[in-house]
This record gives sequence, structure tokens and C-alpha cells, in this order.
Amino acid sequence: MLTLEARPAPSRAMSVASPLIALAVTVVVGALLFSALGKDPVRGLQMFFYEPIKSGYALGELAVKAVPLALIALGLSLCFRSNVWNIGAEGQFIVGAIAGAGVAMTADATTGRWIVAAVLLAGMLGGLAWAGIVALLRDRFNANEILVSLMLVYVADMLLSYLVYGPWKDPKGYNFPQTITFLKATQVPRLFDGSRVNLGLPIALALVGLFWVFMFRTFAGFQQQVGGLAPLAARYAGFSSRRALWTALLVSGATAGLAGALEVAGPLGQLTPYVPVGYGFAAIIVAFVGRLHPVGVVFAAVLMSMFYIGGELAQSRLGLPKSLTGVFQGLLLFALLACDTLIHYRVRRRKAPAAAAPTSARALRAQGGA
Amino acid sequence: METLALLIAATMNAGTVLAIAALGLLINERAGVVNLGAEGMMLVAAVAGYAAAVHTGSDWAAFAAGAAAGALLASLLGVLVIWLNTNQYATGLALSLFGAGLSAFAGIRYTQEKLGERPRFAIPVLSDLPFVGPAFFRHHPMVYLAIVAAVAIAWFLWRSRGGLVLRSVGESPEAAHALGYPVRLIRLAALAAGGALCGVAGAYVSVVYTPLWVEGMVAGRGWIALALTTFATWRPGRVLLGAYLFGGVTMLQFQLQGQGVEVPSQFLTMLPYVATIVVLVLISRNPAWIRSNMPASLGRPFSPGT
Repeated sequence: MLTLEARPAPSRAMSVASPLIALAVTVVVGALLFSALGKDPVRGLQMFFYEPIKSGYALGELAVKAVPLALIALGLSLCFRSNVWNIGAEGQFIVGAIAGAGVAMTADATTGRWIVAAVLLAGMLGGLAWAGIVALLRDRFNANEILVSLMLVYVADMLLSYLVYGPWKDPKGYNFPQTITFLKATQVPRLFDGSRVNLGLPIALALVGLFWVFMFRTFAGFQQQVGGLAPLAARYAGFSSRRALWTALLVSGATAGLAGALEVAGPLGQLTPYVPVGYGFAAIIVAFVGRLHPVGVVFAAVLMSMFYIGGELAQSRLGLPKSLTGVFQGLLLFALLACDTLIHYRVRRRKAPAAAAPTSARALRAQGGA
Repeated sequence: METLALLIAATMNAGTVLAIAALGLLINERAGVVNLGAEGMMLVAAVAGYAAAVHTGSDWAAFAAGAAAGALLASLLGVLVIWLNTNQYATGLALSLFGAGLSAFAGIRYTQEKLGERPRFAIPVLSDLPFVGPAFFRHHPMVYLAIVAAVAIAWFLWRSRGGLVLRSVGESPEAAHALGYPVRLIRLAALAAGGALCGVAGAYVSVVYTPLWVEGMVAGRGWIALALTTFATWRPGRVLLGAYLFGGVTMLQFQLQGQGVEVPSQFLTMLPYVATIVVLVLISRNPAWIRSNMPASLGRPFSPGT
């Protein structure tokens, strides 16, 4: 009979290996799924793991999707480490996109390039404000942040829908629910010719560094994490749990909002009801797969971006539904959580049943229901 | 009068979805497990139920399929959180995300499929009464079953030995374990039962309430149901009341739209979500009150000391 036995200390090796095992499990299940659907599993997996990296252009597209995922997941990592469950990043992303678009639409022919900075700042503030509602209601009224942040996703979605069907609708847009195409000046500058990669990439990488320093090299970052790991210890040390709550939510809201603004002022160039594509939810998986670590988040964001692109390719080339992406995302997180057990426990084969005469003091204690 | 009767009827219809799901989550939480996967389970169950209804033409087959799907997914969650001690929040979220993906994937071929003519229900004699007939007595049988379920669950939790054991597992798993109860199995059973109810609610959405299958059609009802358990301070009667209240809010938007109120439809669609937030704020304002009503071990993993 196999049992789980607590390790004396969490295994660092397993902490790194767990996402890889989870990925392997997802790949195997994916291959089986492709076979079950009557498709060649090798070709199916190619769509997910080879096509997105086979050329410079493909790599650029990979980065275009990985940047928003990484940005949101950075903020969420801080949140989850602080034991603050912000699962409404999708809503903060949407409001960031709305705020960014609002600024972008004020541009006219004379507007300088500085407006890009204003657009991105507006996005950050929008996301921050939306997450601030969650922080306020949690702090002031003790309202569960999971449910409030999630409900605000639906509210943000409706707000977006109202704007693009209503006051912000392009008068010359043939009645399509979309804003005007933003002027050239508002476009986030691209890095290379022939690729959609833009300034968002270096911004995201810089933030990775910034988050790393904050989390692991500052006292404030330390306080933040102690509150998540051991709330009582944090209280005893006099660390403010309220400040940790506000910091976590405002920071994660700002990064999600920034991602939203980068998206509308970058690859999209206008606001439509199709701006939200689930990055805010996928970023939850990215954060966990990336071990809530800024550097890990980068790798996980690239992986998740592969899932998105693979899903699109599987649809266009293999005639499979795009929602395959969602299945794989969920599978990956499930597998990861199961594998993570091995960080704290090891599997042991036990010969005798536990009920066998307790003789040692430890066994007696255990029987007492410790 | 006529419209008021219809409004009451629609409210009960919308409230039934929330009531069944929230009763399921109530059972989970009384046993000490938070299931954030409700939305995902309901989505998968909605597809499963819809498929069953398309192929068999029977609502009851649809509910059975939905219940089976819900129980299966909840058991998967159970194995992870109960035996592998994974974080209940993260695992529930995983289930919600997985369920959203799986339902969209599995439901592709049913987006074009229509259900046949839906049967009409009417309780003889009573349904012919003026006003109360159309308001209360022309519902799908599941509407009444939801009320029966609330009563039955209340009886089970507070008047039966099994319910006492279930609650003790949620209050103090250590004590239940010391008395020799298989805490983990009881939690798994509670999860499966709760998942089955969420599944029935999901099937009700796609087969009776709407009835058709659209991606993501549960539209946050799983999350609202989660909020309802807190709102109801973990009591079945209040769950039922809260569900009808929320059903009423949902219906109010259609009513206002129908009367040509000059508010953009999107703001009316927001209503149930905003209402959920408002209710959460009102109910959570007093932490002591929540704490004294909440199952004491809610969300806490339990490992028997072996």
C-alpha cells in the first residue's frame, strides 16, 4: 500500500521538477486526446510545441501573447504569495484596456509620441482602480476577495460592451461594435520590422527584474510574503496585513491594467468586445506553473502562449476546436497541483497496516488524532 | 397583475438554478470543503445534460447526466484536496478553468443542435387559479424538487445522525476522526453529492432554463451560488430564500428592459453581479457573525495522523 509521508523539509528539486512532470502529463493526455479525435498525435503536438517556435516570425507571435500573460502573472504571483486571492485579473485587464483606449482616442493629428506613455499609464491606473475596489471592500467590509474580484470581471465585461456598442462606437464603423482605429501616434512602438513584438516585451522583462528585487531583496517584499506564509507570525512581528492586502491588489491590478493597455494600443489598435480572451484567467495558471517566481513566470508565460497559438493552429490546420487550449490549460494546472504534493510529501510503500499495535510514543500520539 | 404573476414565475425559475447549486455547495462547505470549481462543474454538466436531452429527449436523463458529470468532477477535486492536500482555492480554480475549456470543447457539436418542443407543465386545478396559477403552479417539476431538496437537506443536517457526522467533519475533523469516523471518505461523499447537485443545476440551465447550449452559458451562476452559501450563513432555508432573491434581481433586468426603461441593457445585465457584491459586503461586515456561523474547519485540510 502506498502512502504519503511528510518530508522533513520541502524538496527544492521537486519544486522545479513538478511543473515539468505536469507538462509531461499534459502532453501525454494531449496525445491520447488527439488520437481519440482521430488526428495524428505527433502532428497535433507539433502545432503546440514546434510550430510556435519554428521561425523568427513565429517566435515574435509567441512573445506577443506571452507578454500580457507574464505581466498579469507577475502581479498575481505577488498576490498569491501574500495569500490574497485576486482571481479577477481578467476584469482589471479589461478596465486597463478601456482606460488606455480612452486616452488613445483623444489623440489627433498633432499628438506626439508621448501619448503612448499616457495610454499605458492610464491602463495601469484603470487596472489599479478596479483592483482597488476589491481591496477596499475586503479591507473595510471583510468581503471575500475571490468572489468580489470575479464578479467585477462580469461588470467590467459589461462596461466594455456598453462602451463599444454605445458612446464609443465608431460612427463610420458600419455599426460594428468597435471604436475608431487608434491613430498611428498612439501605437506602442514595435521593436523589429516584420514582427508585431513591441515595447511591451522590454517593459515586461524590466518588471520581471523589478518584481524579483522587490520580492527577494527588499524588506517590504519580505513582509508581504511572511503575511502569506504565516499570518500569525506576521502579526506578531507587527507587519501590517492591511498594507499587504492593498499592495498585492493594487500592484496586480496595475500590471493587469498595463497588459490591457498594451494590448489595445499594440496588436489590436482599437477597442472591441473581443479584447478579453481569457489572459487574466490563464495568468493564474502561469503564476502557479511559474512557481510564483518572476523568472519562472517568464517560462510559464511562454508555455501558455504556445498553448494559445497551438489551439489556433489546431483549429485552422487540423479542424479541431480552439477550445482545446482551455482543456490543456486546465489539465496542466490540475497535474501541477497534484505533482506539487511531492514537494512536501514523498511516496512510501507501507507494509503493515497503521492499526498494528502502537508501541512507540510517536505512534500513540498519532493515534490521539494529532 | 398578469405581468407580476409572470415575474414571480420567472423569478422562481431563475432562482431554482441558484438554489440547487448553492444547496450542493452548502453540503460541501458543511463538510469543510470549499469548492471553487462550481462554475466549471456546472458548465460541463450543462453540456452533458444538453447532450443527454438531445439524444434521449428526456429532461430526467439530462439531470442524471448532469449529476453524474458534476459528481465525477467533484470527486476528482476531492481526491486532490482531500488525499493530496492540495490548496482548496487553487484546485477549485483549476476545476473551473478546466471545466470551462472542457465544456467549450465537448459542446462544439451541440451549439447548432436544438432541443425539440419543450413540454409544458401545469398542476391540474391549481394552475387554473387566477394569479397564483401562472405564478406558482406552472413550473417544471424541478422547481418544486429544489424546494423539497432544501427541506430534505435541512432535515438531514440537523435531524439525522448522518447530518450530525457530516457537520462534525466540517467543524472539527480531529474530533470526528478520534471518534472513528472516516473523515476523508465523508468529505469525498459530501463533495460528490454537492457536485451532483451543481450538475443538476447546470443541466437545468441548458435544458430547461435557456434551453440551448452556448459556450460559457452558466455566466457566473456557480460563483453567485458560492456567494449565496455565505449569504445564507450555511442554512438551506436561507439558501432557498437568497436564491429567489437573486433570481428576482436577474428577472428585474428583463422587466425593466421590457418596460423601456432608459438604461443601457449592459447596466441591467450587470445587476446580478453588482447585487452579489453588495450582498457580500452587507453580510461580511460583521466578521464575528460570519465566524460564528461558518463551519469552523472550512477550507482547512485534514490529515489523519498516521
